Amino acid sequence: MERKAIVLNAKDNVATALADLAAGDTVDLEVDKNPVSVKLVNPIQFGHKFRLVDIKSGAPITKYGEVIGEATKDIATGEHVHVHNVASTRGRGDVAKAAAK
Amino acid sequence: MSFLGYPRVDGSVGTRNYVAIIPTVVCATATARQISDDVKGSVPFLHHQGCALTPSDEALVNRTLTNLALNPNIAAAVLVGLGCEPIDIDGIAEQIAKAGKPVEKLVIQEVGGTVATVEKGTRIARQMVSDATRITRESFDDSKLMFGAECGGSDTTSGLGSNPAIGAAFDLVVSKGGNAVFSETTEFIGAEHLLARRATTPEVGQKILDMVRRYEQMFLDKGVDMRGTNPTKGNIQGGLTSIEEKSLGAVSKGGTMPIQEMYEYGERPTKSGLTIADGPGFDAPSLTALAAAGSTVMFFSTGRGTPLGSPFVPVIKVTANGSTFEKMNDNIDFYVDLARKGHMPEVGAELYAHALEVASGRQTKAETLNQDRYNGIFIIGPLA
Repeated sequence: MERKAIVLNAKDNVATALADLAAGDTVDLEVDKNPVSVKLVNPIQFGHKFRLVDIKSGAPITKYGEVIGEATKDIATGEHVHVHNVASTRGRGDVAKAAAK
Repeated sequence: MSFLGYPRVDGSVGTRNYVAIIPTVVCATATARQISDDVKGSVPFLHHQGCALTPSDEALVNRTLTNLALNPNIAAAVLVGLGCEPIDIDGIAEQIAKAGKPVEKLVIQEVGGTVATVEKGTRIARQMVSDATRITRESFDDSKLMFGAECGGSDTTSGLGSNPAIGAAFDLVVSKGGNAVFSETTEFIGAEHLLARRATTPEVGQKILDMVRRYEQMFLDKGVDMRGTNPTKGNIQGGLTSIEEKSLGAVSKGGTMPIQEMYEYGERPTKSGLTIADGPGFDAPSLTALAAAGSTVMFFSTGRGTPLGSPFVPVIKVTANGSTFEKMNDNIDFYVDLARKGHMPEVGAELYAHALEVASGRQTKAETLNQDRYNGIFIIGPLA
């Protein structure tokens, strides 16, 4: 069976879509060899990410078993995870500039 | 395994056999190009640097031009200068000659303008091509290869498929005693700890961390939010959310072998095996760093697709995005099916076999379609 999405590391709290997926779709995933099922809240384009578990604003987002940024708002399971609700914490000259003032 | 390459007097082996026409300053670029247009077998390296540079950028351009000419794919070189630029054309020529490579220099203001320089340069380059084409391909062990890897026009498939496939090919060449280099320091941000862990000594590990910090610091010092630049608009459309996510996917193109050293942009490695050249994520000048480091076959991982090649080195385009492979098939050489994600060593071996064919003379799509005349040189600035 062709997988619709992939979780790269057991520590990850996001999955990556391997096809264009629709809101309301239920996606069956494998996390550390265990089956996990997620119902999508938003449509998820090929290559984009969605939440595996609920997460609070400010919590780290993990992919490849590593931190890729932090949540800027609460995100529910099955929601699209991207620049609208995640912020990078690196190369942030704007933050450094604000802190200097 | 083995490949058919061109032996060089310094013991290195080329996968191509070009006469390089290298302008030492942007003002000499059109003249250099005219010489190469007239001489089949010669290839120009076009760039827009060479003047108004800070001392450290001047040193960078000097060493980059020198080491480009020293790339094993180059049989001989013609340097074309203007005459008033700060670039040390005599010093560059001396170093190329010292390595046993035929080299001539032409200075436009001394020769007396473009027409006279093109005439003289054409005669020199024609003779050099005639001499170079007496060198024929011989069989060499894979340990004489040097791979380079770059990723650009990335999307999430780059980190899932094409970069890991290139990483597997890197692991193979290094395990056979060959060499490999990757770059793009900006795209280590967020993944530098994984690279530092693979360094052969604590000093090399610290240097990796320091060089990544140096890059990030430029953004912090300027008060610039890197999110506006990297990931790029196209990266974001392709699903990449942050530089950290992009970096974690990007570093997989470097495989899993120990990292012997990291060196400055335009330098060559002093150690064999897997090394890192400092450089920006900006594709074209990054390819220049890989060529200056001495790579003779390059992989270019791209999710969204790009035509870009490199003047002196064949560039194999690799994608794991099925629709890009279909839509931009004229530009992409190798497809990694994400359904084979669990079988990367096999996919890497297939990519490696493809690279051996290219090393032995098979043209890449970027070569066939002439997408390989301009890469440019990275500088820090400011320009005076």
